[in-house]
Amino acid sequence: MSELNIHLHVWRQAGPQVEGKFIQYQVTVTEHASFLEMLDILNEKLIEKSEEPIAFDSDCREGICGTCGFMINGVPHGPQSATTTCQLHMRTFKTGDEIWVEPFRARAFPVMRDLVVDRGAFDRIVQSGGFISVRTGSAPEANSVRIGKQDADTAFDAAACIGCGACVAACPNASASLFTSAKMGHLGLLPQGQPQRERRTIAMVAKMDEEGFGSCTNHRECEAACPKEISIAFIARMNRDFMRAKAKERPEKQISGPG
Amino acid sequence: MSIELKSNAPTGPIETRWDRHRFDMKLVNPANRRKYTVIMVGSGLAGGAGAAALGQLGYNVKCFCYQDSPRRAHSIAAQGGINAAKNYQNDGDSIYRLFYDTVKGGDFRARESNVYRLAQLSVNIIDQCTAQGVPFAREYSGLLDNRSFGGAQVSRTFYARGQTGQQLLIGAYQALEEQIGAGTVQMHSRTEMLELIIIDGHARGIVTRDMATGKIESHIGDAVVLATGGYGNVFYLSTNAMGCNVTANWRAHRKGALFANPCYTQIHPTCIPVGGEYQSKLTLMSESLRNDGRVWVPKKKEDCGKRPADIAEADRDYYLERKYPSFGNLVPRDIASRNAKDVCDEGRGVGPGGLGVYLDFADSIGRLGKAKVSERYGNLFQMYERITGEDPYSTPMRIYPAIHYTMGGLWVDYNLMSNLPGLFVGGEANFSDHGANRLGASALMQGLADGYFVLPSTVANYVAKQAAEGKLTKADTSHPEVRKAEADVKARINKFLSIKGKRSPDAFHRELGLMVWEYCGMARSEEGLKTLLKKVPELREQFWSGVSVLGSGESLNQGLEKAGRVADFLEMAELLARDALDRKESCGGHFRVESQTDEGEAKRDDNNFQYVAAWEYKGDDKGPTEPVLHKEPLEFEYVKPSQRSYK
Repeated sequence: MSELNIHLHVWRQAGPQVEGKFIQYQVTVTEHASFLEMLDILNEKLIEKSEEPIAFDSDCREGICGTCGFMINGVPHGPQSATTTCQLHMRTFKTGDEIWVEPFRARAFPVMRDLVVDRGAFDRIVQSGGFISVRTGSAPEANSVRIGKQDADTAFDAAACIGCGACVAACPNASASLFTSAKMGHLGLLPQGQPQRERRTIAMVAKMDEEGFGSCTNHRECEAACPKEISIAFIARMNRDFMRAKAKERPEKQISGPG
Repeated sequence: MSIELKSNAPTGPIETRWDRHRFDMKLVNPANRRKYTVIMVGSGLAGGAGAAALGQLGYNVKCFCYQDSPRRAHSIAAQGGINAAKNYQNDGDSIYRLFYDTVKGGDFRARESNVYRLAQLSVNIIDQCTAQGVPFAREYSGLLDNRSFGGAQVSRTFYARGQTGQQLLIGAYQALEEQIGAGTVQMHSRTEMLELIIIDGHARGIVTRDMATGKIESHIGDAVVLATGGYGNVFYLSTNAMGCNVTANWRAHRKGALFANPCYTQIHPTCIPVGGEYQSKLTLMSESLRNDGRVWVPKKKEDCGKRPADIAEADRDYYLERKYPSFGNLVPRDIASRNAKDVCDEGRGVGPGGLGVYLDFADSIGRLGKAKVSERYGNLFQMYERITGEDPYSTPMRIYPAIHYTMGGLWVDYNLMSNLPGLFVGGEANFSDHGANRLGASALMQGLADGYFVLPSTVANYVAKQAAEGKLTKADTSHPEVRKAEADVKARINKFLSIKGKRSPDAFHRELGLMVWEYCGMARSEEGLKTLLKKVPELREQFWSGVSVLGSGESLNQGLEKAGRVADFLEMAELLARDALDRKESCGGHFRVESQTDEGEAKRDDNNFQYVAAWEYKGDDKGPTEPVLHKEPLEFEYVKPSQRSYK
């Protein structure tokens, strides 16, 4: 098993309102460890020395929950394509490498501590319209609506988003367009999602702006950073949907109920 | 306390039990629902779906999760699929058959009424999720696709590539977010439940810690639902997420909720083996791999260090095909796991530490071609290569069993209510539907059945009854019980911070996991369990004098979070061992070496052990003392117990 000596620069910040800075650490680690396990090992060493461990988020550690993620040498989730931070292994690096680790940077993702950021803005975008309303228990028989395999597969490609925020961190404008358009693409490609399509589009775009994310100016960095390889074609689709929805937008009639 | 375990399951024809029960339950007038507050702990398939459904009905819901977003609950990691008795393939499936298979698969240790309801609701789940936009796999016809899973003889499993759990959870999450937007659900992410509040004998609230600011708060409601998942991380290394913990359940158990069948744990045979001490978790490889892979180890110990390609065909032992000619590599999970352990114990394991067996695709690649194998398993092969750095197309995979799911949990009746009035438990956190062994593609089904369909009815029935009988006294956070619970939580946090020992909570957790796996893992003996019962309290004592928790309680402090969880695992492990010791039979995921057939298979003892073991907590200031066992006898009116055979 070959061991690597790594020279780390890690962003340390004690809290949201405190200034942070890079601190250097030297770690020796087997090439088979994952990047997060390397940080675990470093944290164990820090605790032994009664120094506070580095705070970072992770949960499933198999690339599906979307909890983990930070910048590794300036790239969200690090150098390996289509890979979350937890699935990145040290064999990707060489002994003697210098690695810079810092949190995702975006106005809408405030740093909470060290490498941990608050991505609550993503939840609020979904709240604004990222759903298909269906009262529990009143759904029609599942096979009553056929959905062409191609549409179903494309919807699935969008639904694969894990909400990690790498797209925002990669974008020079910190735009959430890939995340938001993926949700719209998933729901808007399915027949069930049609009745709410226009409301959804207008509401989610407005929310995205309100949360302080920037605009998309076609840098395509998001697509390159996305661990699930979600295509920017969904952003184009969102823009088309938005134009159409705006053109058709009309005031909703207030109609009083019975009695 | 005298406890009578009443299942409250309806009697009469099993097909109509749930419908009759629903009719008999009390309703709450739509205008009155917002006056009732339901506290939902957990946001996975059971918790997220339950909170969304209760919110839609108009109840005032407060939902809590430790993750930074409800979308990240561990239900997300389920790969395989979800069963439903739709019979879309016209291959003879029915609600009754799914019920039958589940009771049998659980090795006759589940309640028939519950399992029938689960099979019945499976059909509604697929309708519900499809309507929400969950992208299940489809055929070219545009209809939903199914596959056969986990050795079932019918194709009843619905799936969404290898991400069924993720897609179902995102469906529930979207429904939940809609309700949050509508104001019916108040969401508290990064918030951990640290204590249960009981007022006048009723579960009325929880004490939580805001993991970002450290703020301790109490929340009061009319009912509390725990949907907080399983306790697999008591083994430290498992396929569970890093944060999965038993704390909510354990806090409730310490307050009087019975813990049922903790010894029923499920070990999944196809995980990537442990690579070294640095390892933080184990990764599951879908069981479907066994459809085309052949499991083997070298016949001779001295061959174990060789490259697999250098071991001649005649020197390989395809032990599952040899011992189980009719099922071969497709034997159920418990049997595949135990056999892997046996060959490794004989010294014939492969890979680092000798804890692994080969899963070889060479024959399938020869027969089907690399392209076909890649089409079926490409994403899994890629995942394997990413973790191990080895290419499974050219060298056999190495696999080893790992803890994956826990069938035990808090005891609940047919209404999913624990023995504490007002405390409901859903999903993996309860003990109810899987008996001693869970079949593949059944966990997602149970989580959603509990969340979307069962809890919204039974919780409503409970609050309506309490209101009618005037039993829910007015309570707020100034109540003495609330103050006391908060004080206990704060004292415990201060205790962790004041120990100032040398070892990290993770170091204790790792040591605990190793001993639990060693003595209460795939095979359990009286001697080993007694050793464990001696070792766990010793480790617990070391923990309380030697753990190091740095920083303060008033900020984001992951060491403090871990310390609290490890402290509870250190108590729970003892109950796990005690239950395993008490159940002298082998059944499902629980294998007692003293109870096996002549051929070395698990031997059930229905005369003495056909019951649910529900444990009552006893303890003093120092921790748990000997718990009290309560038994709920199990009766089988429809599916008669028989010995499983896979020869």
